[in-house]
Amino acid sequence: MESYLPILVFVVVAILFVAAALIAARLFRRIGSGSLDRQPYECGNEPESFAHDHQFSIRYYLIAVLFVVFDVETIFLFPWAVMFDRLALFGFIEMMVFLAILVVGYIYVWNRGALNWA
Amino acid sequence: MEIGVFLLFALLAVTSALVVVVHRNPVYSVMSLVVTLVSTAVLFVMLGAPFLAALQVLVYTGAILVLFLFVIMLLNIERETQRTNGGWFKKLAALISAAIFVAIVGSISLQAYTGRFLEALTPESVAIEPLARELFSTYLLPFEIIGLLLLAAVVGATVLARKQDAVSPEKER
Amino acid sequence: MTQELITTLVKITLWLVVLLTTVPVMVWVERRASAFIQDRRGPNRVGPLGLVQPLADALKFIFKEDITPTAADRPLYLLAPLLAVLPALTTFALIPFGPDVVIDGRTVPLIVADVETGVLLLLALASLGVYSLVMAGYSSNNKYSLFGGIRASSQMISYELALTLAVLAALIPVGSFRLDEVVLYQQGTWLGFLPRWNVFPQFIGFMVFLIAAFAETNRVPFDLPEADSELVAGYHTEYSSMKFALFFMGEYMSMATLSALAATLYFGGWHLPGVRFSDTWYWALAQGFGILLMKVALFLLFFVWVRWSFPRFRFDQLMRLGWKVLLPVGIFNLVLVAAMTLAGWL
Repeated sequence: MESYLPILVFVVVAILFVAAALIAARLFRRIGSGSLDRQPYECGNEPESFAHDHQFSIRYYLIAVLFVVFDVETIFLFPWAVMFDRLALFGFIEMMVFLAILVVGYIYVWNRGALNWA
Repeated sequence: MEIGVFLLFALLAVTSALVVVVHRNPVYSVMSLVVTLVSTAVLFVMLGAPFLAALQVLVYTGAILVLFLFVIMLLNIERETQRTNGGWFKKLAALISAAIFVAIVGSISLQAYTGRFLEALTPESVAIEPLARELFSTYLLPFEIIGLLLLAAVVGATVLARKQDAVSPEKER
Repeated sequence: MTQELITTLVKITLWLVVLLTTVPVMVWVERRASAFIQDRRGPNRVGPLGLVQPLADALKFIFKEDITPTAADRPLYLLAPLLAVLPALTTFALIPFGPDVVIDGRTVPLIVADVETGVLLLLALASLGVYSLVMAGYSSNNKYSLFGGIRASSQMISYELALTLAVLAALIPVGSFRLDEVVLYQQGTWLGFLPRWNVFPQFIGFMVFLIAAFAETNRVPFDLPEADSELVAGYHTEYSSMKFALFFMGEYMSMATLSALAATLYFGGWHLPGVRFSDTWYWALAQGFGILLMKVALFLLFFVWVRWSFPRFRFDQLMRLGWKVLLPVGIFNLVLVAAMTLAGWL
């Protein structure tokens, strides 16, 4: 698996580059004064509440779940797409059945209004 | 060279897996799990299964762990866990994990003892072409059933999320 | 072994140099072009035409005070900018930039990592970029950052599906994950003058890819994660100095990544019909790299043009476009391309 080694080398080089940039900035940066500017930024006001105490809309969760399901679907599409010419018509029909099942789910989600934001 | 890369990523995988279990902050646990999965992906590549490695990174770290992070942030788990200690629930979880661990190690050592291993997969058998051929012929039925399973997952997630929505209207965007 | 390591390092250095030049050039282009579009002058004091302005900006980044909020989660706060640059940079390992060349009797492919998983690995690496946004938002302990981070990540994952579907469709007639084979497939012409580029038969797929690419890079009209009027600067509100610069670099680099991917998948990559590649390796390298970079530059210019021409989407519009328009169109395009391939038209 030697052909994958360059990627590892690239990752190492990239990390070294980021480290070098941060170290350079560390050497030359201005040392700050007060502690006021180290508060969470809130347009110059005193922070009202702890950021993490806020709740998020459940829709963000729903989007993430739907993404996971459809992403799992795409992993089956990958081998199918690159082997398409060798799988021929039979492979095409198989995938159409698979996609049809998922489209049913997609239509269900759409009708339930889960894709609406607001 | 090869042994060095292996040792590095094997160590990384094990230590980060330990951090996942031990760390008090669940966000750190998820980030460690990212390291674990990427390291095992590198090990997959070394074993001659790059396709599997790429899919692992794409699906597990690129999708499933993002979902984990979302859930943690949505539920504010990081503060919850710091307050409660777990109690009996934690003990039960520990017991179950220990049982699974013993079962896995036991079955592997039993295999080693009797010398009857499952047939090992070769890099040739997990390449893209044979994998696709098997998936779309021998495993045709399981493949379509997975489609149904995914359909069930979509429906389940939607129903659960909607129920939540009805009980507590959203407070914040 | 050492010889190969040296070749690899040379190729990586080549990309690094190109990308690190692209970022300041793009900063200058963006500011001058925006000024041109809005009928202003733009930066014109530092050097002729303001050409030295990016250098001045870079120096400023180095000398600025680096503020870490006391409430921030330090390790993750430091990790986020690293994760912004790392995936964007390493994806270039999988972009081919020229034909195979012969150096001292050794055949060298002009791609950093010539692997069979090619574009799949590229997508996998790119998908790790989402952690930088979430981590920046989470660790800053600031409301704007947190909201920006959550918004950015859900936007990224929503459009990743459409992007993947478009890429898959482009791979069907080629039959390989290797991007160099995608380039080879697109060589030649139709009817003697029209290049055999994927963009013509797969125009729908290309549009899906392009729109998703704008959303993936958080560029206007999809810049909601850093919508200044409501979220200050989004997930990097609390970042300053070099750490902020790294986010900035990461953004421009992922623009370059997706531009290079678009050029390779839909516009023939490093190849141009009518260009005869030289037998001397450095000339062939210069030709391939030059053609690829020219295409990438056109895409980057397009990014800038769009930014100063369109207003920002609302979040519900963004989600609707991603899930209700691009996803079904992406699936339709996939089926269409598959059917066309089956009929033998591609």
